Amino acid sequence: MNLTLKIWRQSNAQDKGKMVDYKVTEISEHMSFLEMMDVLNEQLINKGEEPVAFDHDCREGICGMCSMFINGEAHGPDRGVTTCQLHMRMFKDGDTITIEPFRAKAFPVIKDLVVDRSSFDRIQHAGGYISVNTSGNTQDANGIPISKHAADEAMDAATCIGCGACVASCKNASAMLFVGAKVSQYALLPQGQVEAVDRVQNMVAQMDLEGFGNCTNTGACEVECPKGISLENIARMNREFLSANVKS
Amino acid sequence: MSVLDSKVPKGPLKTKWTDYKNHIDLVNPANKRNIDVIVVGTGLAGGSAAATLAELGYNVKTFCYQDSPRRAHSIAAQGGINAAKNYQGDGDSTYRLFYDTVKGGDYRSREANVYRLAEVSANIIDQCVAQGVPFARDYGGLLDNRSFGGVLVSRTFYAKGQTGQQLLLGAYSAMNRQIARGKITPFNRHEMLDVVKVDGKARGIIARDLVTGEIERHSAHAVVIASGGYGNVYFLSTNAMGSNATAAWKIHKKGAFFANPCYTQIHPTCIPRSGDYQSKLTLMSESLRNDGRIWVPKNMDDVMAIREGKKKPTDLSEDERDYYLERRYPAFGNLVPRDVASRAAKERCDAGYGVNATGEAVYLDFASAIQRYGVEQAKIHNISNASADKIYELGAAIVKAKYGNLFQMYEKIVDQDPYKTPMMIYPAVHYTMGGVWVDYNLMTTVEGLYCIGEANFSDHGANRLGASALMQGLADGYFVLPYTIGDYLSHEIRTGKIATDTPEFDAAEKEVTDKINFFVNNKGSHSVDYYHKKLGNIMWEKCGMSRNAEGLKEAMAEIKALREDFYKNVSVPGTATELNAELEKAGRVADFLELGELFAKDALEREESCGGHFREESVEIGGEQAGEAKRNDVDFAFVSAWEYKGEPGDAVLHKEELEFNEIELKQRSYK
Repeated sequence: MNLTLKIWRQSNAQDKGKMVDYKVTEISEHMSFLEMMDVLNEQLINKGEEPVAFDHDCREGICGMCSMFINGEAHGPDRGVTTCQLHMRMFKDGDTITIEPFRAKAFPVIKDLVVDRSSFDRIQHAGGYISVNTSGNTQDANGIPISKHAADEAMDAATCIGCGACVASCKNASAMLFVGAKVSQYALLPQGQVEAVDRVQNMVAQMDLEGFGNCTNTGACEVECPKGISLENIARMNREFLSANVKS
Repeated sequence: MSVLDSKVPKGPLKTKWTDYKNHIDLVNPANKRNIDVIVVGTGLAGGSAAATLAELGYNVKTFCYQDSPRRAHSIAAQGGINAAKNYQGDGDSTYRLFYDTVKGGDYRSREANVYRLAEVSANIIDQCVAQGVPFARDYGGLLDNRSFGGVLVSRTFYAKGQTGQQLLLGAYSAMNRQIARGKITPFNRHEMLDVVKVDGKARGIIARDLVTGEIERHSAHAVVIASGGYGNVYFLSTNAMGSNATAAWKIHKKGAFFANPCYTQIHPTCIPRSGDYQSKLTLMSESLRNDGRIWVPKNMDDVMAIREGKKKPTDLSEDERDYYLERRYPAFGNLVPRDVASRAAKERCDAGYGVNATGEAVYLDFASAIQRYGVEQAKIHNISNASADKIYELGAAIVKAKYGNLFQMYEKIVDQDPYKTPMMIYPAVHYTMGGVWVDYNLMTTVEGLYCIGEANFSDHGANRLGASALMQGLADGYFVLPYTIGDYLSHEIRTGKIATDTPEFDAAEKEVTDKINFFVNNKGSHSVDYYHKKLGNIMWEKCGMSRNAEGLKEAMAEIKALREDFYKNVSVPGTATELNAELEKAGRVADFLELGELFAKDALEREESCGGHFREESVEIGGEQAGEAKRNDVDFAFVSAWEYKGEPGDAVLHKEELEFNEIELKQRSYK
């Protein structure tokens, strides 16, 4: 198929940036979206132009590095996928595709489609851990039985890949789904109870400091999340936060 | 006398590690505050090492090319992690895990290292659970296990099909705790481009800030390389796009010997390639072989009909199918080790029985498992006279709970529903057992320079068993290196801060800057990928699943010629002072173009078949094992450690003879 691409080009953080049109031809429907981008970049390099910078790494939907906003949706039109798992069969011959970076105050653009998501890391530094030494001298792994239900629910929360689609999709650029998922994982497990009060308070405080917006329960984050992280995690974080404020 | 000293402690195998720990020198907590350690790579090995070293009190700097340590490619490991917990009571033990690993590695690993690995494996699970890793559990709330290829017990712990992700997030959380305390300074979006040696000791690195292009100097009392494997030398592999050998190769060029480069694991269950534009291959966890049965049609007519779309695989009756693994290896069936399963798939496809248009695919079928689980569930739920549809529904639900995310991944890529029609799979490059040579302390041949995880060579011999990579990464990082490095650093307490304004740092920085300037000024006619794809093609055709002397000699010459062409005609757009993905790739491919040649040289030198290295000249001629790989313990029971001498083809071979005192060397039979 032949396509027109409208891509955000911005040479660095200071540059104003603009949309630029490109044409690609003979794109196979079996290609992944990023393989289509590879074709474009090879074409640009051969013409002596600068290729489009975009983040990507594992190309199997687990590292969370890829981050495009395609036709107005984080990770594009398919559901439950990252951009690297999006396939060209979702598009048809003659389509025009708009490709932008994830946009949020807390995700400044570095170049073209590459954004800085280190704000997510700093939220994790604030409390995304259980304070246990790595000596291995803990109790036997089967010493703490955990109900299958709780373990499965914790796993569902822990499956977040930290890509930032939730933030990019939210009209308020809120990070509540991301933070809610991490808080939930530990809140659901007995190991996480000891530091629960400090954890939720510190992580929420850091989230606000980074400039993420508030949650107004629109639910776009849940729809666009490639890993199906549920809004329940936000509710659970709110409950944890409220009860932490009462306790402390 | 070899220049290699493995430094394996004396004494009985079972007490070596404990005795060693009891007698090493320690660093007092006040002195640890004055000692700096650099860790390059933040996957399971690097992340866990950084967290533990920081926790002990050392000042740690971590480096990764991704935007966050959480994205290292360990995250993509699916199936699980082995540990000799014997929770299932099926006869597992430290010794059995040790035995399975040495045997699975085709008797080309170092006994003492593997025993230590098996010994600390149980601690890993305790540690990860304490960190909040949500492993799968049974209804009683205890940990669940699954079985993996090459073993007869269930010792694999898992978190759905995302075990690597959960373990990495555990190590990342341990790092976060130390970053919050200021004990780890993370340098993300940074790439190490050289190691700096002062008086023969590793004293720092030169790194490039990938966002600004700035070249930085970082000093330390010891440097740890945990940068993963070199599978991307094949261009197409299951590795991440950025996975590279640069850190490992740069230290090789500065004196670290490179061991067994030809030992590559070609994983049997990957999604087949679909076209020339393919950028990477996707693995389907080996855990699928617990429940999936591998087959191709028995009759060539059916193969043709399937390829032409006239028949569907589900149209074939049981006796029209060749379950070739079950036929050839009745004892292990679909759970033979990876190298055996891969070669068997290649054998069938080479004979013309491949089931897709490229002729390079076999079926992995879940119909029997869905049926079996369905019947079991109907019993559990007291449903008598369940209809076929009901049984399918109940069985599919169990398969979904076990492998749901893998099935979804497959469907997204191939656009076929694996609950209804068998998956198509084909082997792909996945893991490299070879790597930087290290002694028992995980130190390379350069003093103060360590190498852990997949980047080193030590524990998997010529073939790695499933779910053992995660085990080794975390064992090295959490439990082994923190002890062994302390013994070295105990002699560094009087050294003081290492200066970076020295001639050694000047020289290393100049070398790095010159190379970068060369690339951006070369203005050639071909992209970096053009060369990477050509290299990958040579590697796959001549250093792939089966190798012969003639092909390997050709590969060496072709790679050398390709490298020369690369330096003449490569084109890198953009500048050195900005985010420049092509420049990053150019440096990595330049290193692969050297490593590839050494790889072929090593494969040529090793005139035996062992593990992932299959030489067509070395097969069993007659008897029950006819056609199987033939190992040669008399001439090749050694580790090949290569010393860099200016050109990869001129590398000098040093042999570390392998001694087996606890295990009798046998043919690896899975029949």
